[in-house]
Amino acid sequence: MLCERCSDNDATVHLTQVIEGQVKKLHLCEECASESGFDVEGPTSVTDILLGLGGSTPQEETASVEFERSCPKCHMRKSDFKKTGQFGCPACYETFEDELQPLLKAMHRGERHLGKVPAREGLRVRVSAELAALKDALGAAVTEEHYEEAAKLRDQIRDCESKISQENWEAPS
Amino acid sequence: MNVDELVRTPAWWIEEDSSEPGIVVSSRVRLARNIRGAAYPGWAGEEECERIWKELLPILSDLEVLDSPLHAEMGELENIDKQILFERHLISREHAEKGKGSGVVARGDERLAIMVNEEDHLRLQSMRPGLALDEVWKEIDDVDSAVEQQVRFAFGVKLGYLTACPSNVGTGLRASVMLHLPGLVLMNDMNPIIKGMGKIGLAVRGLWGEGTEATGNMFQISNQITLGEREKDIILELEQIVLEVVEHEKNARIRLLQEREMLTRDHVGRAYGILTNAHILTSKEALDQLSGLRLGIDLNILDSLDGRVVDELLLLTQPGHLQKLEGRRLKPKERDRARAAQVRSRLLDAKKPALRRRKSQTSHE
Repeated sequence: MLCERCSDNDATVHLTQVIEGQVKKLHLCEECASESGFDVEGPTSVTDILLGLGGSTPQEETASVEFERSCPKCHMRKSDFKKTGQFGCPACYETFEDELQPLLKAMHRGERHLGKVPAREGLRVRVSAELAALKDALGAAVTEEHYEEAAKLRDQIRDCESKISQENWEAPS
Repeated sequence: MNVDELVRTPAWWIEEDSSEPGIVVSSRVRLARNIRGAAYPGWAGEEECERIWKELLPILSDLEVLDSPLHAEMGELENIDKQILFERHLISREHAEKGKGSGVVARGDERLAIMVNEEDHLRLQSMRPGLALDEVWKEIDDVDSAVEQQVRFAFGVKLGYLTACPSNVGTGLRASVMLHLPGLVLMNDMNPIIKGMGKIGLAVRGLWGEGTEATGNMFQISNQITLGEREKDIILELEQIVLEVVEHEKNARIRLLQEREMLTRDHVGRAYGILTNAHILTSKEALDQLSGLRLGIDLNILDSLDGRVVDELLLLTQPGHLQKLEGRRLKPKERDRARAAQVRSRLLDAKKPALRRRKSQTSHE
């Protein structure tokens, strides 16, 4: 079997991962595997590798380098992110939002954080997070035609919104 | 940090008051956190990493819960000392390869450890023997809240804690449980379980984490999904799956004794025979045969051998610990000999186990 990335060498690295019930397989030669940031001896998942593959060949990437998007804060380029699978700084989450969305979908269960919020993030973030979660739940309840639950959620959303309009929010830093 | 002292203390995952090794070895939860506005360690230069390490060290060292901790910068540690920390699960293999600007802060009992500038600025982890996910989560949650009072974390309303790798974004939480599953392996039932785990978003790894194979029938099960679920739900879900796997393992052991009793006794007996007589032992063979002893103790085949001695050997037969015990660098072949000698003497020093006979014992004494 030939490497799916360079189609030159024999594929010796075979990866399998199950994401949301879908089996994804990837066959690479050792060289491409290590170029994709995959340490043959070390840890990996197909999603990490997929990042490094994209649709483009390395030549195309070099050609488009000057038009490449990069993070205004840390100057990481899209190709850097694709190579390592890691962001340069927290602002990269906004810069590379387009690349991020399909990844989050493949890796995670939802698109929104539902867990702990640092206390110092303040009421604003906590209420906004709560509001967003309620809106998600409302959408789901309507789709599933659970109208009683939807009515309850709508009331909770109103409470949240009034809290937001009443509070004198600290300016976001 | 005095790594030499660590080498002489028993591994943190050994239960002090139980001589039965058991199926669940240990539980661990880690949280990935980053400093707001700062580049992640992999992208920031060494200077920036050093600045962050210097900024975080006093904050972490002063944490009350850490109780005058051990701490070390990776650049100041000898390779052998890094290896020791890795073998004791205080740092990752990746972290052991770091130099200046990365470090570790750990409590003396090794059940709380913080890696600075690994993949993320902070990796907070809490560990305990046995199944204790809830306890380790509560402990690390408190540590996180204490650190948060002094460090502003990178956090987004929608995506939660913003980690270097999007696979950790959201809660930044990875919970994992180490299991000893010789019954399922011997009954050839392990593969479907590993496949099933993948389907529900859990990962199965070997004894020393990512990228290691499951030697010694040790398996680490952990969550992969960090976004879209509450921490408590992640913990609860993993715990339920672990309890199910434990049930499967118990059943496999019952079947093992019902259907393959002679083979099982042979397996355990051979493990004891090899470990007490071999003069050359590779690391893999040692782990695999020690697994046989663990099983033998659990099944009451190996009577009166203390499980703690066996679990201690799981650690002492690792290259770093072995070389520290011998007090010098050893080449792989020398290690295999030193390993065999350590195992022989420690097993023979321990109370000699009676290999329980099947029925009435025919004694020739």
